[in-house]
Amino acid sequence: MKSLAELAAIKEKMQNKVVLREGSSDIRVVVGMATCGIAAGARPVLNAFVEAVNGLELSDKVTVTQTGCIGICQYEPVVEIFEAGKEKVTYIKMTPEKAKEIAEKHLKGGNVVGEYTISNI
Amino acid sequence: MKELSLNILDIAQNSVKARADTIKILLNETSETLTIEIIDNGCGMKKDFLECVSDPFTTTRTTRKVGLGIPLFKLAAQQTDGDLSISSRHEDEFPDSHGTELKAVFNKNHLDFTPLGDVISTVTVLIQGQPDIRWIYEHKTQKGTVSLDTEELKAVLGDVPLNTFEVIGWIGEYLKEQYSEIGY
Repeated sequence: MKSLAELAAIKEKMQNKVVLREGSSDIRVVVGMATCGIAAGARPVLNAFVEAVNGLELSDKVTVTQTGCIGICQYEPVVEIFEAGKEKVTYIKMTPEKAKEIAEKHLKGGNVVGEYTISNI
Repeated sequence: MKELSLNILDIAQNSVKARADTIKILLNETSETLTIEIIDNGCGMKKDFLECVSDPFTTTRTTRKVGLGIPLFKLAAQQTDGDLSISSRHEDEFPDSHGTELKAVFNKNHLDFTPLGDVISTVTVLIQGQPDIRWIYEHKTQKGTVSLDTEELKAVLGDVPLNTFEVIGWIGEYLKEQYSEIGY
């Protein structure tokens, strides 16, 4: 059974990293989490991003956050990626699989996955 | 919505928007019914807004003029011959006891009952998105109770944020183990 002692061990391990992380996020991944997004499948998309960012060891430069309705409900799940000094990229009709691919190619590799963006419709 | 846990995720966002610092998600199951309560200490709603909040043409969103969160949840309850009720105290009138309580009752054995689905995922996504809110989750079943209070976790974690990947992972596993412990 998981115990609070185990959580304390995670704390010990994380404490050093936390100092590094503060204020150093260059990229923000924002997942639309209003009624429209949730109904269209935003929950697994968010989880896929959170897992991929950690799996690719990008936690120091990427944060994954949630927002309300972005206003283009017909294209949900919608994910916006903000990067300092660059134009916002909007990915639409997202799936966990697309999220994994975007994490690798865009968040890690720096290349926008054009075929999943809104400008490609 | 394919799962009631998705409705819970959606409705809890209203409590977040109401600037609540404590949000309780309480589930209670009998052999016949599932009762879902979402209770917050946010700003509350004024009487006239409360009266029309189940109407799809009532919304606080600015991107369009329909809001379907509560209507969809209400429909899911009513299609099982259950119901949804809301009571609220607005902060202007109740400066010390403001907040909103939403309660939905479902008949589990009804043909049109929507399954609860992955409620653990709903809880972890809510904590991931709003780590500064105190989340209290409790699911009473006939086999036992599963519960979580982020305040207790914070006491252990100190200044390590609740939405740290490892912590969110731990919370998911912690709930999963509680469910398998009671054989749910």
